[in-house]
Amino acid sequence: MKKVIMGNHALSYGAMLSRAQVIAAYPITPQTQVVELLSEMCASKTLDAKFIKVESEHSAMAASLGASLAGARTFTATSAQGLALMHELLHWASGGRLPVVMGNINRAMAPGWSIWTDQNDSLSQRDTGWIQFYCSSNQEVLDTVIQAFKVSEKLLIPSMVILDAFALSHTYEIVEIPEQKDVDAYLPPFNPPYRLTPSDPHAFFGLTGPEHYFELRYKLQKDMEKVPALIEETGREFERIFGRSLGLVDEYMCDDAEFLFITSGTAGYTARVAVDDLRREGVKAGNFRMKVFRPFPFDKVRGIAQKAKKVAVVDRNLSYGHHGIFYQEVKSALYGRDGMPPVFGYVTGLGGRDITPGDFKEIYRLASSKNTPDEEIGWIGVKR
Amino acid sequence: MTKNKETKRIVFQSESEMPVTAMSLGSMLYNKTGAWRNIRPEVDRAKCIQCGICWKFCPDASIDIVDNWPVVDYDFCKGCGICAEECPTKCIVMVEEVK
Repeated sequence: MKKVIMGNHALSYGAMLSRAQVIAAYPITPQTQVVELLSEMCASKTLDAKFIKVESEHSAMAASLGASLAGARTFTATSAQGLALMHELLHWASGGRLPVVMGNINRAMAPGWSIWTDQNDSLSQRDTGWIQFYCSSNQEVLDTVIQAFKVSEKLLIPSMVILDAFALSHTYEIVEIPEQKDVDAYLPPFNPPYRLTPSDPHAFFGLTGPEHYFELRYKLQKDMEKVPALIEETGREFERIFGRSLGLVDEYMCDDAEFLFITSGTAGYTARVAVDDLRREGVKAGNFRMKVFRPFPFDKVRGIAQKAKKVAVVDRNLSYGHHGIFYQEVKSALYGRDGMPPVFGYVTGLGGRDITPGDFKEIYRLASSKNTPDEEIGWIGVKR
Repeated sequence: MTKNKETKRIVFQSESEMPVTAMSLGSMLYNKTGAWRNIRPEVDRAKCIQCGICWKFCPDASIDIVDNWPVVDYDFCKGCGICAEECPTKCIVMVEEVK
């Protein structure tokens, strides 16, 4: 069935169709409608789940961890300051190997108070051991929630499904709502190898000395390394059932691209328009939208980048004192390998300033005029 | 119920033998937190009415009930004093550790 829904409700429908059993959340703009609709679904029994109201995001994640440890499929959602308040518990989720799935609406961090989009909130949680999916359409949001549960529960690693504030969260699009029976066929009930239960008591997350901690972290990394292949495998399975592909990356005219944009989120969709315009002008441009940022899709990035003559990474985020964060990571993936093109980095759209096709064309013009990137950040659209 | 006081330390030789997360590693058996204690609870059986409230409130499961009497496990009791605070007959008194 097709419906016209906002990105936030795409998250809610994703959680509903995944048959989430516990939802613990605290409202924050621009995330509120996600849990508002889920609370209505719980109240009307459309969704047979326990909805736990809490007094903060820290508690929302704490309740989610308890529920997940008890063996319940658990969903929550937040944004910006709320995500930051969860920070400590995000480590507990991944270290505890609890496959919670969380929606995060990318909102710029205060101050000044902003409710508009950029990626610094989720990228500040880069090293917490969560899988990070950056979405660019409402359909992708809904589909990814279902896939995220499947991937997370198989490898016991939590997932963040991330979408831009307003550009997706409050934007209505036509979304195909999958049939429940098809989702059930794709996503079996959560059956963790261990859980908090009186019939098989265990002490969880107790003191772990230097003789064991290192190995537990090694195991987390080893399982994280299995995520890319599992995303591709479960993406193919998703396509067989639902007819829509879900991959690690989204390649648009990359095969013969000489000038390659590397993008993410909704800006990664805008870039397609710029690629079409540039192609009409005779420029062999392509757009490589990175959907999964953690774990980093090294093989995909290297494979596509090495075919291009120039790469421009476009960041809606900034690591102060360094560069855009996707830019740093793309450079690090290509460093020390033969035949890699120069990589240019651009920062734009912070705090929800629009990123237009014209901005991408400006990036093309700037990068075309140089053989090697400058040390200084490529600022696009800043008033100076 | 008697406590398992087995204190053999579990040390895994390889990550492959280990659970996926920090689960039942047995570390709390040998990590005797009683050494942190400044004041110790002492039970006066003359006043104790065997109500079990101390056992219920102890946040570290360091009070055992033996033959209906509360018995403090000084290997793990950190001396928080909650048992003394909650005891309805004030039969538990916190006494300074002097060693």
